[in-house]
Amino acid sequence: MDRIAFDIAHLLAGGLVLVSFMMIYQDRLYALLNVFALHAVLLSLSVSWQAYTQHAPHLYVTAAIALIFKAIVIPGVLHRIIRQMGIHREVEKVVGVGVTMLAGMGLVAMSIVLMLGLTEAADAFAREDLAFALSVVLLGLLMMVTRRNAVSQVVGFMSLENGLILAATGAKGMPLVVEISVAFSVLIAFIVIGVFLFRIRERFDTVDDVALEDYRGEVE
Amino acid sequence: MSAVDLSLYCVAALLALGLAAIALRRSAAISALVYFGSALLSLVLAGAGVAVLAGAAEITGRVLPVGLPWLGSHWRIDALSAFFLLVVGFGGAAASVYAVGYGRHESEPQRVLPFYPAFLGAMALVVMANDAFSFLLSWEVMSLLSWALVMAHHRAAGTQHAGYVYLVMAGFGTMALLLAFGLLAGSAGDYAFEAMRAAARSPAMAAVILALMLVGAGSKAGLVPLHVWLPLAHPAAPSHVSALMSGVMTKVALYGLIRVVFDLVGPLEWWASPAVIVLGAGTAVLGILNALVASDIKKILAYSTIENIGVIVAALGLALAFRANGMAATSALAFSAALFHIVNHAAFKSLLFMGAGNVLVATGQRELDVLGGLIHRMPVTAFLVLVGALAISALPPLNGFASEWLLFQSVLKSPELPQAGLQIIVPAAGAMLALAAALAAAAFVRLYGVGFLGRPRSDVAAKAIEVDRFALAAMGALALVCVLAGIFPGVMLDLMAPAAEAMVNGRLPVQADEAWQTLVPIAETRSTYSGLLVFLFIVFSATSSAWLVHRLASRRLRRGPAWDCGFPSNIANTQYGAGSFVQPLRRVLGTILLGAREEVAMPPPGDNRPARLLVTLRDVIWDGGYLRLAALINSAATQMNRLQFLTIRRYLSLVVGSLVSLLLVLTIWN
Repeated sequence: MDRIAFDIAHLLAGGLVLVSFMMIYQDRLYALLNVFALHAVLLSLSVSWQAYTQHAPHLYVTAAIALIFKAIVIPGVLHRIIRQMGIHREVEKVVGVGVTMLAGMGLVAMSIVLMLGLTEAADAFAREDLAFALSVVLLGLLMMVTRRNAVSQVVGFMSLENGLILAATGAKGMPLVVEISVAFSVLIAFIVIGVFLFRIRERFDTVDDVALEDYRGEVE
Repeated sequence: MSAVDLSLYCVAALLALGLAAIALRRSAAISALVYFGSALLSLVLAGAGVAVLAGAAEITGRVLPVGLPWLGSHWRIDALSAFFLLVVGFGGAAASVYAVGYGRHESEPQRVLPFYPAFLGAMALVVMANDAFSFLLSWEVMSLLSWALVMAHHRAAGTQHAGYVYLVMAGFGTMALLLAFGLLAGSAGDYAFEAMRAAARSPAMAAVILALMLVGAGSKAGLVPLHVWLPLAHPAAPSHVSALMSGVMTKVALYGLIRVVFDLVGPLEWWASPAVIVLGAGTAVLGILNALVASDIKKILAYSTIENIGVIVAALGLALAFRANGMAATSALAFSAALFHIVNHAAFKSLLFMGAGNVLVATGQRELDVLGGLIHRMPVTAFLVLVGALAISALPPLNGFASEWLLFQSVLKSPELPQAGLQIIVPAAGAMLALAAALAAAAFVRLYGVGFLGRPRSDVAAKAIEVDRFALAAMGALALVCVLAGIFPGVMLDLMAPAAEAMVNGRLPVQADEAWQTLVPIAETRSTYSGLLVFLFIVFSATSSAWLVHRLASRRLRRGPAWDCGFPSNIANTQYGAGSFVQPLRRVLGTILLGAREEVAMPPPGDNRPARLLVTLRDVIWDGGYLRLAALINSAATQMNRLQFLTIRRYLSLVVGSLVSLLLVLTIWN
């Protein structure tokens, strides 16, 4: 049982990292949102599996929050925003896909080496989980840095939050408060950034942040 | 009542006195009340110090429930604190009595009165603090109050600059102290001095703490190259405050250094001591060289303070070197020399600053080149300043000689040190200290000769009148201390022996039993000095030769013109002036160290303007060190300014980049 439990947890967490990689090379916004929804579904599965193996029923709540908000509500709302703004055809890239993927691989390798080295005393579940969680966080950051479209930056930020939740649920005995606060912080960030998107759009007629730079009187 | 309780009450009373000065600022008698009260309370503080030193009062501590929550503030008077409490009380009492008279000439007394007693109280608190938080808080209060006192005449030229430099240096010094105490507290984070004393630390860590203390306490005490605020701030303050700052506050800074380096940090390796010795000796020479060429009386005195701090720090460095090699008795000798010099310098430097204050009151001038002939107009001041000048020039039988003699006795023990490095460095530093002592004598011959002797160089000097009795009484008491401490040095050394014993685990032989008040620092066969015998000899030979001269010489009086190089002139400028007196020394020593340049401005033939000798001096440390550092910081800040105008994504990239590089470091580290 333990062997299988570990393998499945490993598979789901590894799947999250894989989907993070998929997000990095999506150059169309709809596709990006779909992949993000997949990311959230995987997170929710992973959290439920943790709830099952750790016999921690409160983690099911976290899984449900992840599923409902991150996999359904937020992608749906972002779909609407994109349609309203009419930017669903936009293609954007800052750094080439190849370079970004290479950088991402480097980050994943680093976080695995680092985490496995640091957490030798912890049990195997937490070790693998933390290593993958750090990879997801770093990949989310990487995405925020390499994108210039505000919507995809929001998505990068939320995939980063997914990594945090993965880390929080991987450790045994983390109280529910933490997950709820993390979930709410994502929600709030989404709301705030959503509002900002409209304001930016109203003012500059685009959600490309180069427009903001022009407004400040600087051009790259 | 224990000594520490009594002292804390005194400090509370001093702080209350400061508040009273604000409340009663319209009253005419407030100035006298504040200064009399300060004098009285200072005497009590000094008495508490003496009681603990002499063993009459026990060493006790007290925890007050003010300060950090649940920790409170810890106060304690041990032998070392008691010694410095004595210095604070003694210097404070003298300055306060002086100020009863001097304060009447203050144009805006409400700018001085509230801060003065509180400043005294803060200095007492620094030496009584028994945890790092109380120490740093008292230290900062002391710095800020003295800054307020420096700014008392804030409209005078140069005062604002002086206050600014002082504030920057004080802040910088406290930052170093903060780091030093942080390292002392270590990861346990216990800020009580007992815990710091008990903790074990590596020699390298101890050396780092020593370096931080040299920066932190050294910037307050005036160690080169952190001395720049001192010659600016001391002349700017009112004279009784200058006396306190120079005579007492620099000693409180040294207390911080001694407390940490000799007590809290634990044993230091021998290789830490040469830096202290060289720093002290270099400070002594540079300080006195600057004093030699300065022409403002108070500036000369401030630079001379730097010299004396250098002497004391060098003595402390010697004590460290001997202690690290287990030579406890010699270490106690050097340490006692430092402590003795601390008292002595507090006495004669306060005396001299008060003399400068008298000159300022009588003439309104501090520049030597407009003074002269004051000995005729102000005979008492002139005599008392002469005593101070003799004492600071280390002439026997006065106290300056006794302490410097002790210091050189410990220098002469350096061949017994096992390390070759110290065997070379210590005698070299001793030579530098001897040079500094000789130059100090020259500097004070110049100060006294140009300022008080000869003919007046201006109308104000010719019309100067003697000052009031309080000022003269305070100076008289200090002069008496200078003489008595010089004649009976054994009494002083026995009094401060417990402080030395607590710090270096060794003590000098008891001096009280020696015949003729002889000092026997090591052994009778090696070297001894009796101030009393020298004094008696001087008194005897002087009276007998005076008697012989009066007895044998003709009684007829003959007045003739003074010898004036065969060129009869009544112009006072034909006398030696402040610049001309020091010209040989300036040419020999000042070309590199002071950047001194001379230029003769010769008018063309037919032009009847006089030829002029122009001397330019540069402060090498200020120009080469501070201004260059400021320019460097400025250009670095301009470069960094670009960071303020990055795009959002660049900021994000910066964050990610720094996070990833930190993680990388961590990965490689593991």
